[in-house]
Amino acid sequence: MTDTTVREKPASAAPQRATKPGGPIGARIERKEDARFLTGAGQYTDDVALPHQTYASFVRSPHAHARIRALRVDAAKGAPGVIAVYTGADIPQSVGGLPCGWLITGSDGKPMKEPKHPILAQGKVRHVGDPVAIVIAESAAQAKEAAQLVDVDYEALPAVVDVRDAMRKGAPAVHDEAPDNVCYVWALGDKAAADAAFAKAAHVTTLQLVNNRLIPNAIEPRACNATYSRADDSYTLYVANQNPHVERLLMTAFVLGLPEHKVRVIAPDVGGGFGSKIYLYAEETVCVWASKLVGRPIKWTAERGESFQSDAHGRDHVTRAELALDKDGRFLGMRVQTTAAMGAYLSTFASCIPTILYATLLAGQYRTPAIHCEVTAVFTNTAPVDAYRGAGRPEATYVVERLVATAAREMGIAQDQIRRRNFIREFPYATPVALTYDTGDYEACLDGAMKLADVAGFAKRKEEAAKRGKLRGLGYSSYIEACGLAPSNVAGSLGARAGLFEAGEVRVHPTGKVTVFTGSHSHGQGHETTFAQVVAGRLGIAVEDIDVVHGDTGRIPFGMGTYGSRSIAVGGTAIMKAVDKIVAKGRKIAAHLMEVSDADVEFADGKFTVKGTDKNVPFAQVALTAYVPHNYPLDKLEPGLDETAFYDPTNFTYPAGTHICEVEIDPQTGETKIVAFSACDDFGNIINPMIVEGQVHGGLAQGIGQALLEACVYDRDSGQLLTGSYMDYAMPRAADFPSFRVDTRVTPCTHNPLGVKGCGEAGAIGAPAAVINAICDATGAKDVAMPATSERVWRVVRENQGRA
Amino acid sequence: MKIPFSLTVNGKPVSTEIEPRALLVEFLRGPLQLTGTHVGCDTAQCGACTVLVDGKPMKSCNMLAIQAQGANVTTIEGLAQGDALHPMQAAFRKHHGLQCGFCTPGMVLSAVGLAGQVKQPSEAQIREALDGNFCRCTGYHNIVKAVQEGLADMTA
Repeated sequence: MTDTTVREKPASAAPQRATKPGGPIGARIERKEDARFLTGAGQYTDDVALPHQTYASFVRSPHAHARIRALRVDAAKGAPGVIAVYTGADIPQSVGGLPCGWLITGSDGKPMKEPKHPILAQGKVRHVGDPVAIVIAESAAQAKEAAQLVDVDYEALPAVVDVRDAMRKGAPAVHDEAPDNVCYVWALGDKAAADAAFAKAAHVTTLQLVNNRLIPNAIEPRACNATYSRADDSYTLYVANQNPHVERLLMTAFVLGLPEHKVRVIAPDVGGGFGSKIYLYAEETVCVWASKLVGRPIKWTAERGESFQSDAHGRDHVTRAELALDKDGRFLGMRVQTTAAMGAYLSTFASCIPTILYATLLAGQYRTPAIHCEVTAVFTNTAPVDAYRGAGRPEATYVVERLVATAAREMGIAQDQIRRRNFIREFPYATPVALTYDTGDYEACLDGAMKLADVAGFAKRKEEAAKRGKLRGLGYSSYIEACGLAPSNVAGSLGARAGLFEAGEVRVHPTGKVTVFTGSHSHGQGHETTFAQVVAGRLGIAVEDIDVVHGDTGRIPFGMGTYGSRSIAVGGTAIMKAVDKIVAKGRKIAAHLMEVSDADVEFADGKFTVKGTDKNVPFAQVALTAYVPHNYPLDKLEPGLDETAFYDPTNFTYPAGTHICEVEIDPQTGETKIVAFSACDDFGNIINPMIVEGQVHGGLAQGIGQALLEACVYDRDSGQLLTGSYMDYAMPRAADFPSFRVDTRVTPCTHNPLGVKGCGEAGAIGAPAAVINAICDATGAKDVAMPATSERVWRVVRENQGRA
Repeated sequence: MKIPFSLTVNGKPVSTEIEPRALLVEFLRGPLQLTGTHVGCDTAQCGACTVLVDGKPMKSCNMLAIQAQGANVTTIEGLAQGDALHPMQAAFRKHHGLQCGFCTPGMVLSAVGLAGQVKQPSEAQIREALDGNFCRCTGYHNIVKAVQEGLADMTA
């Protein structure tokens, strides 16, 4: 049941441009990029071999928290093949720390605490894996062997790895600047209004929730290859990264003090990101810095163990949440208190994840009139925490949908009914937590999901399972997300230190072939195909005649990159704006060729036509004329056909949907099987349903992984990372999932020309609550902690005998 | 000290000398520049480095190159016949069984290695059989569909 049905909403204000039946937009076109990926011709960062390259290995802290008493590098420097060894002491004073791109101002009006994040440890290490030194050698093996000869004399210090421990009085301080480990305390919403709602509530549901820490685990480890050219005093960095322009801006302007135009950052094929490759990391920054000193390229590729220790992690919230309802189950108010881990240092966007991308989503799909949320961000002796697929929105959905499902059970209201009673039905809708939803049809997705999940047949299946001694449960999750980041002025007023627009350039070649340059970055999302479809649809040319270039600051005007399901909504729109300019110029050229006025020319199906006639010139002829301007209005128009556009959205987009999970539990062992998972989502208009479904599947696997399998665990006493390999961290495998049932409904986004909302994170956002709600439904438990391992489920089965 | 090393890679004979400690994946990605074989974990769990050694899927990060002395090794670069994709590659493309492409070479070669093991394997059997290959992008849904069709096409 993976066919996508599109239900048109006739009354929508969204432009329905270029959605011609039979055209490339909306078609299941096989991906252009697959040809190279399937034949081993892809080029990932570790595949890049530069002449005379050297190899780096990092010496990392084995302690969660320690003072460096002494650091001896002589033995390493003398080891075979070693070219250089650098430590924190070698980094010049002028080199800054790794910056955080979002300033959160606390409820007390003070800015968040921003302790320096040195690119190599200076004086102290603050988490297991904190880089202390870089060893550069002729071969990777020699670098690794010599790294073991770097002698660091550590004085181990007490560490805190759990946010609850970090908040205790007398807890060891991760940074001297934050003696209580608090980075900020921030709040959103009207507290008095929320309190008043609770005062008049007929029912209050309260939950204590832990959103488990996850390790992103893109299968390609982080990697870089940095080189310096004496010829023009410039640097080139190949790096596995999701947003090369941002990487360059942060690295040059805030850390190394290099001229931005003297650094080229190339993010070639990138083997998955899921957020973890958004950030500016220490390793590539050190390699760029050292490449000039060494005078040869420096290559570094993380081993998987280093990925576990040093990639930015995700989630890690502890939350107390309450929902106030009237006697009919209508929501009156919500109060949420969350403590969120930042880790040992503020990663690039760490501070905005549990605030701007979390608390603002607590209205969910519902008309909850009063919401108040307070977030305390704390430092811990762990790897930094930042955006991981969904980034704040999975945490918000988990709070809302666990509350809603629990309240329904406590009040004896059917899961679909409590949702229907509270759904927002009129748009635009301003929530009490700062967002304005432009459009949606939540009931359509709920109905769609219930149909996919065959809710009507569930009682029979449950009965049949009971005969076999098994427990069955059904869990709902109706999520919403804010994507398409974002209006820069809004983001700026909330603390963003960067713009959040996107850039696109459309270069029409003399023969009418097209190269598109996009600031978005594809690391699995299929932009080379989807963006080509969009352009092909508008220009009326073949998808094969369009190439999409991404991931290179040397070729692309600018870009904010890929995160927050923004690529089609923001990057795609920037491209469309550039195409509009191409068409506008082409119309003038065509008018000249046909000797009519510009206003009399229209463009469709790849032809410029004189209105009301069949007189026309094809697109390719206009392109050729632009470059061979013999018969051309040179007095009015420049030759050439190459246009760039920057697009800054006017609002977020709001994908939403309902996911329904059906589990079967063996009460003897606690083993929990997902027997069915149904997702009905509204992503607005869809360019390539095949790719969209793939995005949903992948997101679901990560969401179900969080709910059932995955957890990053640090030892609470020693601060050691206990899940530092695939032997310990439960990566989901094929046999952990059923085939997914996915479907879509469409309410086009009202404020971008494609009517698109974004689809990359939906699965990871919706799934965790659906799974846990299903387990609670099956067992009668009020809560089961994620990941709901067999042991945890076995325990709640025992504790809740007879309650299901 | 290097030792003599001969084998066949993608149908071509290779005779050279290698460091005894060189891993097969290092030999393929380094001297032979066959970078389609990827390293995702260096500990034999993720399966991105899977190649066929005498027709059997092997994790090339977890065997010494010298263990392939005299063997017939097939990497992802050697699977297609000219421009014609192998049926398994074609099935992955048709069913969108890949996204970022990093696990793909190993996944495809593991799937090719399943051929002949079970006749017309069920979805559950395929899921179990892919136990040694991680994919973080696709949720395995389309991979399973692709493998099912690829195996059927291989025997057709």
